[in-house]
Amino acid sequence: MADATRPLPNAREPDTGAFWEATKNHELRYQRCNDCEAVIFFPRRHCTSCLGQNLEWQASKGEGTLYTYSVVRQSYHPFFKARAPYAVAWIDLDEGPRILSNLVGIEDPTRDLTIGQRLRVEWEDHEHLAIPLFRPI
Amino acid sequence: MSENGRSVKSGQTRDAAIVGIHEFPSRDVEGQLSPLQIKAECAARALEDAGLSLGDVDAIYDAGEAGGMAGLGISEYLGIRPNVIDTTMVGGSSYEFHAAHAKRAIAAGKAKVALLSYGSTAHSNAFAIGVGGHGGGGGMPGPADNMERFCGMTLVSNYAMVAHRHMHEYGTTSEQLAEISVATRLHAMRNPEAVQAMRALEFMDIRETTIQDVVSSRMIADPLHLLECCMISDGGGAVVIASPEVARDCATPPVWILGGGEATKYPENGGDITTSAAAQSGPVAFAEAGVSPDEIDIAMIYDSFSITVLTLLEDLGFCKKGEGGSWVEGGRLRFDRPSDGPALNTDGGGLSSNHPGMRGIFLLIEAARQLRGQSCSQVEGASLAVAHGNGGMLGSRHCAGTVILGRD
Ligand SMILES: [Zn+2]
Repeated sequence: MADATRPLPNAREPDTGAFWEATKNHELRYQRCNDCEAVIFFPRRHCTSCLGQNLEWQASKGEGTLYTYSVVRQSYHPFFKARAPYAVAWIDLDEGPRILSNLVGIEDPTRDLTIGQRLRVEWEDHEHLAIPLFRPI
Repeated sequence: MSENGRSVKSGQTRDAAIVGIHEFPSRDVEGQLSPLQIKAECAARALEDAGLSLGDVDAIYDAGEAGGMAGLGISEYLGIRPNVIDTTMVGGSSYEFHAAHAKRAIAAGKAKVALLSYGSTAHSNAFAIGVGGHGGGGGMPGPADNMERFCGMTLVSNYAMVAHRHMHEYGTTSEQLAEISVATRLHAMRNPEAVQAMRALEFMDIRETTIQDVVSSRMIADPLHLLECCMISDGGGAVVIASPEVARDCATPPVWILGGGEATKYPENGGDITTSAAAQSGPVAFAEAGVSPDEIDIAMIYDSFSITVLTLLEDLGFCKKGEGGSWVEGGRLRFDRPSDGPALNTDGGGLSSNHPGMRGIFLLIEAARQLRGQSCSQVEGASLAVAHGNGGMLGSRHCAGTVILGRD
């Protein structure tokens, strides 16, 4: 399974395509509602507070804190099986969005992670988009 | 007000009752039966249990898990023409929704006899439910899945993230979570069908467990160990729900559906992952039933994982949020400790008896057994039960169905 690849998002998905499009330039985007100032994430066409469509893309600085995580020891997916143990995490970006990702740059994820620790985005480049991963600061 | 000599609380309605139940005894059909065949056999046995026949059924509840168009496929296969067709599909919580909806349809005079059925060959099909796939937005294509599928979140790790945050915020320990596995296994060892299930699924060690056994079992996704994860079996079941007029003449004592609640939960920016949809569905169900958590004798709580039960016990109000860990300590959930609160999953649960993917129907079945006095781990004088189904994923998006049941 040497050619096993990460399952990649669909860059043409109607709501989130523009998010993935921006990752080509290593921009981590989220939306804010111009009418009620709500932060919307995952991206969609409307505001989840007022249902309006007056949304504006914002660029995150790419820093946040570890909200929670798990270390996957067992996976049948060929790409992930080869990488176990690896960390899956919910990360709270400083601007408000909570994003799901993997944590990288950790010697032993079963020991070296602490909820609340600071993280920064790091990009894994693919042909048509880049995947946002997070590394401890 | 009184009925059969027992008091009925004011405001409490008794407009539908579980009158027939059946749990398919085998957990490994070796690929010899289809989910539809399992559903049909369970329907026959549950109707027999009630003393009713197929022609009495005028409402069908079907999650569509056996394929075909939900509600239609099962009606044709059984040979019935129901007046009420409800195809609510919310994963493992579907059957709690079905029971509550059947109560409403019967109370509204739309039906007299409702049939719920479930069949699955998840084990024979060798579905790697817990550790297969990429665990994105519940496997459903769409915007949420498109944001999550890249990171290899298995189902176990989804739940494990709730456990980690619970430990961080409230000091909950693996030893406390293990109490849930230990109590459930104790009940399973008293249930011959559960023991047979563990043999069929080739469990390595079929015996009562200790907290040490659980915390020293293999880690699957930190902080959840192997013995905190449910089995993947074949199986099925059926439940027959009838109006009071029909129930009066049935072969079994009625198990009244006193209240129901339903809710959704999904990730929100800044949200609390340690609180589930049960915090919304529970109070609605208890209020309709006119009872409080401290009156409940039997807690049939969806035990996909240890953390599921701990979270749901808190959200249903058995203890305060964050106090579940210390609350379950010392074997409190065992069937033989009734003065300490409800007995948990007295059939052995999804952890040690039956989990073919959507366990919700077994929560109703074992609750009914307890209220009839027929459980293998019978709680003396049990009169009130809660069945709570969690469908979807606890750590991201899920539905909750709470049903309160009571006997005469
Ligand atoms: Zn808005």
